[in-house]
Amino acid sequence: MAEASTIHVDIVSAEGELFSGEAAEVIAPASQGDLGILPRHAPLLTLLRPGEVRVRTPDGEDHHFFVGGGALEVQPRRVTVLADTALRARDIDEAAALAAKQRAEDALKEKVGHISIAEAQAELARAIAQLKLIQRLRKLRA
Amino acid sequence: MPGTKEIRSKIASVKSTQKITKAMQMVATSKMRRAQERMKLARPYARRMLEVIGHLTEANPDYRHPFLVTRQPKAIGIIVISSDRGLAGGLNANVFKQTLTLIREWQRQDVPVKLCLIGTKALTFFRRLGLPILANVTHLGDKPHVKDLIGTVKVMLDAYRAGELDRLFLINAQFVNTMTQKPTVQQLLPIEALDTEGLQEHWDYIYEPDAAGILDGLLMRYIESQVYRAAVENVASEMAARMIAMGAATDNAGKLIGELQLIYNKARQAAITKELSEIVGGAAAV
Repeated sequence: MAEASTIHVDIVSAEGELFSGEAAEVIAPASQGDLGILPRHAPLLTLLRPGEVRVRTPDGEDHHFFVGGGALEVQPRRVTVLADTALRARDIDEAAALAAKQRAEDALKEKVGHISIAEAQAELARAIAQLKLIQRLRKLRA
Repeated sequence: MPGTKEIRSKIASVKSTQKITKAMQMVATSKMRRAQERMKLARPYARRMLEVIGHLTEANPDYRHPFLVTRQPKAIGIIVISSDRGLAGGLNANVFKQTLTLIREWQRQDVPVKLCLIGTKALTFFRRLGLPILANVTHLGDKPHVKDLIGTVKVMLDAYRAGELDRLFLINAQFVNTMTQKPTVQQLLPIEALDTEGLQEHWDYIYEPDAAGILDGLLMRYIESQVYRAAVENVASEMAARMIAMGAATDNAGKLIGELQLIYNKARQAAITKELSEIVGGAAAV
């Protein structure tokens, strides 16, 4: 059996596939430092830092992909990069979460201070109906 | 010719409405195709993610991540996905009805419900209920991005981690086909029954730095990708529903124009007949 000299690489993100094909070497920005992966690497699982994933094809061509973070899974014949489409970092995520909370609070506050046009119209219609009723009662009495 | 002018202007106004509904229908059709495409693109990521997670939990049976442990429900969270705009038939109304059913079910068991709302329509609807809204995001557009959802999902995940929620559900309009979109409820947390079939070989990874940290990162991303998929699917459903609704509106407008045209012709004919008989009558009198 011929020795496997290539490794299959899939780079996928939630919004689509970025790369799929054979490679001679993959270099990825792992959380503990850059990793170079050659065919028949031991199974490995790690998270990625934001950075560049480099895929070298068997004919020596380099492909570069920017990942915002993610995870890297290595099996002897297969490498999978689960890439984040967005730049991920603890403080960025935290800020996004705070913004989402703030929006919810604002939306709830809005209800108290500010009524929608539909609600205002309903209120107006009710007031007009009450006025009409009062006027009719006055006429009856007069 | 009394009345004919009014009928003519009415016909013109219905015709211009028909032009708008026709255009909306065509736009929705092309947008639906693109949204379906994006749904397909999201699939490999979720599948690979599940494979890795399944493998990880299989290899580390002692470590139980909080996302995988079922707790006694004391409070639950619901992520409701809706569209930003209307004119999409009963799409949002059906999702809201399903959500209300779910809310009542839990409230009957004295379990408080907290909401996370995605889309303008959900916000305006559920604001009135007076339930706590933990997070919300609107105006995702026709192409939702994961980055716009991260914060919103994180609020819910943090609440789950902190023990403020013991279940997390996701409700969106499932795209069955162009004609049918039905609201579906999916339990996001705890993750039930990982599909570990087909993992016969037992081997373990080298972890950098440690299995727990990696599993946490993976599970978080998995939930996000599920919410993202639901948001994209909801766009596809919205477009399909709008396409059908606008198609029906266009047909109705066509029917209305036909009827009005008939009335107009009759009125015109009657006027001509009347004039003729007046002329004939006048001639006879002379």
